[in-house]
Amino acid sequence: MGYTLVYTQVLEFFPYLIKGAWISLQIVVLAFFGGMFFGLIFATIRTFGNKLMNNMVIWYVTFFTNTPQLVQIYFLFFALPEFGILLSPFVAVLLGMTLNAAAYLCEIQRAGFLSIRQNELDAAKTLNFTLTQQVKYVILPHIMKVLFPPLSNHYIIMTLGTSMAAIFGVEELTGRAFNINSETFRSVEIFSLTALVYIAITFLATFMLAIIGRYFFKAKMRIIQ
Amino acid sequence: MERLIEEIPSFFTIWNIIFLAKAMGVTFLLTAIGCFVGFSVGGLLAIFRKTKSLALLPLRIFIVIYTEIFRRIPFLISLLLMFYIFMILKISDNLFLIATITVCLIATAYIGEIIRSGIESINQTQWDAAEAMNFSYFQILKEVIFPQAWKVILPPAFSFFIMFIKDTALASQIGVMELTFAAKILNNKGFSPLLSFGTILILYFILSFPLDRFGKYMERKLVTNRN
Amino acid sequence: MENIWRENLSQIEIKSLNAYYDKLHVLKDINLNVEKGEILSLIGPSGSGKSSLLKMLVGLLKPKSGNVILNNNQLNYNNNSDLRIIREQIAIVFQQYNLFQNMNVLKNVCIAPTKIQKRNKKQVEEQAINLLEKVGLKDKLKSYPDELSGGQQQRVAIARALCLNPEILLLDEVTSALDPELVQEVLDSVRLLASEGMTMLIVSHEMSFVKEVSSRVVFMDNGSIIEINDPKIIFENPKEKRTSDFVGKILKDK
Repeated sequence: MGYTLVYTQVLEFFPYLIKGAWISLQIVVLAFFGGMFFGLIFATIRTFGNKLMNNMVIWYVTFFTNTPQLVQIYFLFFALPEFGILLSPFVAVLLGMTLNAAAYLCEIQRAGFLSIRQNELDAAKTLNFTLTQQVKYVILPHIMKVLFPPLSNHYIIMTLGTSMAAIFGVEELTGRAFNINSETFRSVEIFSLTALVYIAITFLATFMLAIIGRYFFKAKMRIIQ
Repeated sequence: MERLIEEIPSFFTIWNIIFLAKAMGVTFLLTAIGCFVGFSVGGLLAIFRKTKSLALLPLRIFIVIYTEIFRRIPFLISLLLMFYIFMILKISDNLFLIATITVCLIATAYIGEIIRSGIESINQTQWDAAEAMNFSYFQILKEVIFPQAWKVILPPAFSFFIMFIKDTALASQIGVMELTFAAKILNNKGFSPLLSFGTILILYFILSFPLDRFGKYMERKLVTNRN
Repeated sequence: MENIWRENLSQIEIKSLNAYYDKLHVLKDINLNVEKGEILSLIGPSGSGKSSLLKMLVGLLKPKSGNVILNNNQLNYNNNSDLRIIREQIAIVFQQYNLFQNMNVLKNVCIAPTKIQKRNKKQVEEQAINLLEKVGLKDKLKSYPDELSGGQQQRVAIARALCLNPEILLLDEVTSALDPELVQEVLDSVRLLASEGMTMLIVSHEMSFVKEVSSRVVFMDNGSIIEINDPKIIFENPKEKRTSDFVGKILKDK
């Protein structure tokens, strides 16, 4: 076999590696909230909009949920320049992830809208709540509680999804792992270390989301079963 | 734009079409093998995870650790790790094999969780009633739990299958000749990226969309069946 | 399994039994004897341990300390072969979700005697049909549980338990989950069994029924047995204050 694992060489680069996680965080947070924003608009159109806009959103969502995010970003990065639009790697990845997220988050939020039961609305009406009050005290809390788990789940998926940014040269966690790899050639060590960092990140994220969910949205979520 | 239209006939040659068809086959094969193994082994993981005996505790711990690891690492990292392990230990240089093994490992973790959820969705009293009648753990699973749980398991498992088709795109990064890698090759050959990646997007869509529709149809049927 | 020779042997003897559900002490120093053919009812507020006691008897809740002697045999609930023996003598019907949803009524009743007790299939079927006729469901042999009402399901569950030929039958709040109009049909089936001399432990909130069929009533509170007595005494002249508090509240609501 003749290969020994030497972690000391790569541990030197650990601070550099970790700082990449910060970039990953930026990407996922921006893409997630961007996706939430557009997703909310799309979900609203789907629930309340006219036939034409409804169909347009359906096509958008269908397209983005049936094709890989990686290829979507490849397309943005390589094909847009044909139209004179040059995107930096970071922007291309961010845009691709946001557009992708918008499709999935639209569907998630739409499910949330549909989960409001007529009784709850009726109950609120009979108590003479104004529309704003209905939304604030009945609809919103309920929706938040229902939506929090699937949204959190998608957030974690997106966190792992940021690793494809490395393919385009972005120096987030995986990207830096690539760099360290080409410097030290300690491939197994560096990628296993990176794997551990991702595991730590997702545990941290799951933990914090579970806490937030429990206390702010009363959505009970488990961390490990 | 005219350049694009000029390119179309040279892009859609017989050779290219066969090339793309093969790549599509690789994508589908990776997904199918991964999900088949994932379902079988994942099912075993789910079954053994819910045992209660002390003797099997090490196995249960292993299953939990395995599942958490493969669900908390990006696909790309899993693929690269497996790739370098195989390369350095000189196990094999067959890229498809490396990708397939990785894909099976990942799918097992995810589908195992889906199956476990399905098993847990069955009311505890069904377990209790069977146990009180002297059914063994495996008998309960076979006679009572799985016949009911499969309806809960099938929709998310099928969803996963469809999602997995898209995840195999990352195998392109270790050089497996699937759809995304094919797009890169065509792009590198000089074809317009619009055409290369655009066509691949459409091909993925063709693979995924009918399955997605079928999945939704199946889910509707199962729901009415249950009621 | 130990054979203990004694006179006046009870069918069930529970001695100083303690059980925990995780950290919760659900059964505290339980001492109870049940005679053959007796109908013992367990009453008490929620969380008093009544259901836990039944679950313990059938091996679903393992005791931490104490002994259970069944038909002169001291049995170890942590031993798998002892558990098999216990479960061949005691059958239980739960509050709901008894029936296996993926099997029809006949299969539900026949499966354990056939597959687990390994009895002759034809004989089991014959017995099953007889029992189902007894509880008034002979025409529902091929129906699935979700096609039956709650009361019908519970009656099938009782027939299923009886098909195991147990010596002791445990009924854990079998009418509590039912709509009021379905309760009587299930109680009728239980009444029928009571008249046939089956040893039964019944956990119930149906106080008039309890008063009618029980040979003795056990009042439990907070994991302990507070009082065991004749139904007349428990309901009209209880000896313990906690008993009279509970009975007073229950009867007042009625």
